[in-house]
Amino acid sequence: MTIQDRDGPPSHAAPAEELAVGPPGVFARALDSDLWHSFKRSPVTVIAAVVTVLFLVGALFAPLLAPYDPFDPATLILMDGFTPPMTEGFSGNVFWLGTDDQGRDIFSAILYGARISLMVGFAAVTFGMVLGVSLGLLAGYVGGWVDGLIMRVADIFLSFPTILIALLVDGVARAVVPSAFHDTLAIYVLIFAIGVSTWVQYARTVRGSTLVEKNKEYVQAARVIGIHPGLIMLRHVLPNVMGPVLVIATIGLALAIITEATLSFLGIGAPPTRPSLGTLIRIGNDFLFSGEWWITFFPGIALLVLALSVNLLGDWLRDALNPKLR
Amino acid sequence: MAAFIVRRLLQSILVMLVVAFVAFLLFNYVGDPINNMVGQETTTLERDALRERLGLNDPFYVQFLRFVGNAVQGEFGISYRLARPVEDLLAERLPATLELSIVSALIAMGVGLAMGVYTALNRDGWLSRAFMFGSLVGVSLPTFLIGILLIYVFAVELRWLPSFGRGQVVHIGWWTTGLLTASGLKALIMPSITLALFQMTLIMRLVRAEMLEVLRTDYIKFARARGLTNRAIHFGHALKNTMVPVITITGLQLGAIIAFAIITETVFQWPGMGLMFIQAVQFADIPVMSGYLVLIAFFFVVINLVVDLSYYAVDPRLRVESARGAGGH
Amino acid sequence: MSGPLLSVENLRIEFPTRRGTLVAVDDVSFHIDAGEVLGVVGESGAGKSLTGAGIIGLLEPPGRIAGGRVVLEGERIDDLPYDRMRRIRGRRIGAIFQDPLTSLNPLYTIGRQLVETIQTHTDLTATEAEARAVELLNEVGIPAAAARIDAYPHQFSGGMRQRVVIALALCLNPRLIIADEPTTALDVSIQAQILALLKRLCRDHGTAVMLVTHDMGVIAETANRVAVMYAGRIVEIGRVRDVVQHPRHPYTVGLMGSIPGLGADVERLSQIDGAMPRLTDIPRGCAFHPRCPRAFDKCRVSRPDPLPTDDSRVACWLYEAATEDG
Repeated sequence: MTIQDRDGPPSHAAPAEELAVGPPGVFARALDSDLWHSFKRSPVTVIAAVVTVLFLVGALFAPLLAPYDPFDPATLILMDGFTPPMTEGFSGNVFWLGTDDQGRDIFSAILYGARISLMVGFAAVTFGMVLGVSLGLLAGYVGGWVDGLIMRVADIFLSFPTILIALLVDGVARAVVPSAFHDTLAIYVLIFAIGVSTWVQYARTVRGSTLVEKNKEYVQAARVIGIHPGLIMLRHVLPNVMGPVLVIATIGLALAIITEATLSFLGIGAPPTRPSLGTLIRIGNDFLFSGEWWITFFPGIALLVLALSVNLLGDWLRDALNPKLR
Repeated sequence: MAAFIVRRLLQSILVMLVVAFVAFLLFNYVGDPINNMVGQETTTLERDALRERLGLNDPFYVQFLRFVGNAVQGEFGISYRLARPVEDLLAERLPATLELSIVSALIAMGVGLAMGVYTALNRDGWLSRAFMFGSLVGVSLPTFLIGILLIYVFAVELRWLPSFGRGQVVHIGWWTTGLLTASGLKALIMPSITLALFQMTLIMRLVRAEMLEVLRTDYIKFARARGLTNRAIHFGHALKNTMVPVITITGLQLGAIIAFAIITETVFQWPGMGLMFIQAVQFADIPVMSGYLVLIAFFFVVINLVVDLSYYAVDPRLRVESARGAGGH
Repeated sequence: MSGPLLSVENLRIEFPTRRGTLVAVDDVSFHIDAGEVLGVVGESGAGKSLTGAGIIGLLEPPGRIAGGRVVLEGERIDDLPYDRMRRIRGRRIGAIFQDPLTSLNPLYTIGRQLVETIQTHTDLTATEAEARAVELLNEVGIPAAAARIDAYPHQFSGGMRQRVVIALALCLNPRLIIADEPTTALDVSIQAQILALLKRLCRDHGTAVMLVTHDMGVIAETANRVAVMYAGRIVEIGRVRDVVQHPRHPYTVGLMGSIPGLGADVERLSQIDGAMPRLTDIPRGCAFHPRCPRAFDKCRVSRPDPLPTDDSRVACWLYEAATEDG
């Protein structure tokens, strides 16, 4: 609102400078201290961040951290199956969270499962984000029929809930791919299906911001000088738009994890040979009625805590980056 | 306004056509329809003859038009898995899904609206904070997990409610309803709550955000400056203005509910269209998938249209475009 | 009635923030007599709107009145419970805000908004209230009032809308109106009309006005007395004629000097060097001293109280000697 200096001569803005460089990446720099401050002040957010990091570490280093490898048939002892948590199995080993019907250690399975869940989640979000942001930039900057076309397609996508789109893409892929390859390609199909169902949100936000920036003087000046439009967009529009995109991405990550779990639970996601948390829950569901509750329960808790933490982070990020609330 | 309706109608038809196109591609080109229909022993000659008779050798656009023509009349081919016409299957399963969806939608909207208004008006109360945290949990809980949890507690442990199926149903014309029997109602409780939970939290957060936004406006400030009661301000002015954007999202929620019903129906073995769709995906039963797709798209398009039109009913600014600026300065 | 209509004594409005407590209105005192128009002028951020909000009890949290009193017709009102203050609002103190477009609820007819206000504070029936509403609309100059009463706000032009707003503020015949920038959002040609209307109505009904604006021209035309605010304090207060023609405080002098006169051939508009300090950086002593061409040692150290000179009061050490002389 006011200029800092009090004793000096009147500081008239130097317009020439502003034009050539354009507004600095406002979000990244100016809010840095505010962001960190708001983060530190909210204990819930800190806990959420810690939990998320724990999951990430656990998932990343699963092979090192897991006490057993649940997917190596050679190490599985069938008689260990159905061991309740914290009790000794047939082989004499103690399984912290129990075992499933085939003797697989639930705790290890969760670590590996979280790995798949997070991997698919991140990949899907990245895919959706890259696709959406690119299309949004394109639509906003080029305008004309390109814009019209992209927005029409976006409208059609928007008419359907993301879960349905993901289901459809997955279903079609399954029908097209010969069944021999189902298991190996399942992960990639999942990533594609979830990613392609979420691009629209990014595209619309980015398009909106691009339209706003496009009309600003520094962009026009840059064009006159002869800077390539692509460069203009990347250097100037992108930084301004990253804030909201990041919020969408974080909340989108939680959604992607849940969507993947849902697809896996329905039997058309991650296969039992490389199960995600959703697959584990499905496997465990069969034994719920006979009393072996832990096979479903622990993966379920893990999924809930993971999704909750990511959601909390996303919520905090959105509030922290919202200029209206400050 | 007439122009608006026409434009929206055209848009809807466009969406339907695109969806029909995708469904058609699915139907005709994914897998081989002939192979799925006949047995192993059928000779190549017979297959070719069948292909010719079914018109599968006709040019692309002819086949597409035929597909659209059939779809408009409600014919979607024969299910690979069940060897029955898809439209019959859909009609059979539709009431189950619709009943579940509508009951869930009512729960989600009613509770969501009430909680949203409460948490907006009592921002810092402990109950509001509890609701807000609960809503976060609700958004982080996948629908199927809620279902499993409810089944475990109420069906397996407490044995109060049935864990699967629809209970006893009553036939009225071609419709079947579970609302008129005790067992039908009991069977409806858990699935509808499961389905409603996710949407309920979304609606609650939306209503809260909108209402907080509205409470910050100048006209609310002016209303306070005129000494209007809190009741008049909150429920007369703020609530009404909140409803305008809430209506779209809520309308769209109905569409999402119908889609999420797929999951709920799977968990509870509820005999609806969603369960049938999943089974179709698992068995690569293309005609069912394609028919379901077109039907669902139709529902969504109609819902979107109704929601858009309802804007006119609520917001007077959209209605009168002619009487602008009458009356000088 | 003896004594002023409104008396503001040592009013202090604070905002607790994480950076410390900001004082937005600092020890402000003035009075308004029945039927007179007091202008409150100053730059954006000087605290004028907040003072108005404080008087009418509409400070938005975390802002709060941290000291001083507000007395209306002999009765203290700044510490009243919410419901009693609510009854005063609209009935005894009215308010008009800047933007007529956003001041009216777009979903209700103006008739309904008028009738609602009238019925909240009186026992009139709907028909009686509606008749009164039509009367009011006539009074503010809305043509064909009886027909327009069922129209929506968006069906009026900006000037007409502000007339409706004035009608709403005056409908219960309050003794005092706080008008916060009532003409800033209007076309220049309309401004004059609205001001004339306001002046006439207030004269006819004997309503006092606290006219908050940054526009000295508006003050000169409409107000009887004027208070000049700077950085949350009153620096000069007196009759309009005196302050405009013989400004005393260096800030007021600068303000008057920067108004271009018609006919005078000026090469450069004069301005006051520097800018008003942010609330976090208010200087010690006199808030204006860093920009004051006549500052001396005492100004940097201690803050001047408003000292009486003739009929006005000036918060400036330059006039200390003058008061001693009487």
